[in-house]
Amino acid sequence: MYSEKVMDHFSNPRNVGEIPDADGVGTVGNAKCGDIMRMYLKVDENGVITDVKFKTFGCGAAIATSSMATEMVKGKTLKEALKLTNAAVAEALDGLPPVKMHCSLLAEEAVKAAVEDYMKKHPEAVID
Amino acid sequence: MNLDRIYMDNAATTAVSPIVLEKMLPYFTEIYGNASSIHGTGREARKALEDARRRVAAVLNCKPNELYFTSGGSESDNWAIKGIAFANRKRGNHIITSSIEHHAVLHTCQWLEKQGFTVTYLPVDEFGRVSVKDVEAAITDQTILISVMAANNEIGTLQPIREIAKVAKQHKVYFHTDAVQAIGAIPIDVQEIGCDMLSLSGHKFHGPKGVGALYIRQGTRIDPFMHGGAQERGKRATTENIPGIIGLATAIELATENLEEKSARISSMRDQLIDQLTALPYVRLNGHRTERLPNNVNISVRFVEGEALLLRLDLAGIAASSGSACTSGSLDPSHVLLAIGLPHEIAHGSLRLSLSDTTKQEDIDYVLSVLPGIIDDLRAMSPLYHDFMEANK
Repeated sequence: MYSEKVMDHFSNPRNVGEIPDADGVGTVGNAKCGDIMRMYLKVDENGVITDVKFKTFGCGAAIATSSMATEMVKGKTLKEALKLTNAAVAEALDGLPPVKMHCSLLAEEAVKAAVEDYMKKHPEAVID
Repeated sequence: MNLDRIYMDNAATTAVSPIVLEKMLPYFTEIYGNASSIHGTGREARKALEDARRRVAAVLNCKPNELYFTSGGSESDNWAIKGIAFANRKRGNHIITSSIEHHAVLHTCQWLEKQGFTVTYLPVDEFGRVSVKDVEAAITDQTILISVMAANNEIGTLQPIREIAKVAKQHKVYFHTDAVQAIGAIPIDVQEIGCDMLSLSGHKFHGPKGVGALYIRQGTRIDPFMHGGAQERGKRATTENIPGIIGLATAIELATENLEEKSARISSMRDQLIDQLTALPYVRLNGHRTERLPNNVNISVRFVEGEALLLRLDLAGIAASSGSACTSGSLDPSHVLLAIGLPHEIAHGSLRLSLSDTTKQEDIDYVLSVLPGIIDDLRAMSPLYHDFMEANK
């Protein structure tokens, strides 16, 4: 039921782990529903995401979408990262089963939550 | 990469035994008659059908005319419950069942509620056991049927069906038991149990899919299920699935032969899995430790989601099952795991390994060599595990 790309990102997830001195951390989802995603960002003075890691509790699609989302925002500016959509994550994985589309939404929300956390901690930063 | 796939999902379905298949084959091309036909080809089929009925009846210890072949466990459950409900409506409109029945029972009862029946769904204890006292207390002057499964399909818990049958008899209420998981795993004798109806399904004990049976005690007032021809003594129309029925009869004989010896071997492998897996940190056993099917292991692995476990096991060549929401096709984890009181997040991390007569010691060793590493890997990427370990430093 999963594409080869989903299985690849599930079995060899990219950027798993945490960044102890992260500049921004976002956690979304809840354990009751069976998915929690946490994203850690390292951002340089130019607003570029230089490193990103994730930890996810969830199904195969939740892990694969987290992994794909980290790849898609790494090296991008915060502004670009905020433009990441769940549809783009799902498409990059060659699609998701309909019941798993919420996982891609969670990945989008996790990136946004991490960027928002960065903005809160760095009120001087401007995204334009 | 291990190319020999290890099948640990025998509660979902089993492989057809080669002996069973061999016995079935002539009934597709040689003895293919319609058992209702009067000619020789038909009579041959009829003879095979009635012979199969006698053999299954002998295993269950009932009369051949108390045994009806169906299309499977779900049909048997549907028939027993709807058939009793509508035939006894004038006597009462109340049905008692448990909250951990198979959906074939639960959804049938829910549908009957829409038809004006009332249903009591009894709770279970933390091990998944129904209390006989609760059954008795739920009986009213309107109660016509009690349906409680012999053994649970997810957590393997055995129910006190003999005691429930006794209570039902005292109150003159019909008692049906879904024994789909129990046949071939524990001894099933309808006289000794004292049930009025019992459902079984061929593919759960190395028989073919698409064939099951319903035992109906003689004298039970029950409506026919499928209307049409006069097959199955006018109670279940449709040209009989003779190859399937031959397969079921052969399979049930094989499955119940030397049952004690087989169960002892399978439960010793089950116990190795249970003991070694629950020795891992934050892994718990679901269901009862001893009042349990010999082939069922069901654990909850905290901080990990069940579907991820299944996929990782599948990549390692092991087929298993889970009660997580992701595998149930709904947002909620299994109703059975919630009924035994597991919080959602722990229910999401459930894993069922179900063994069979074909399970080998090497399979158990392989699962035990692979699963702990998979659990570690998934926990290493789990924010729940991270937070729990931070909080308990």
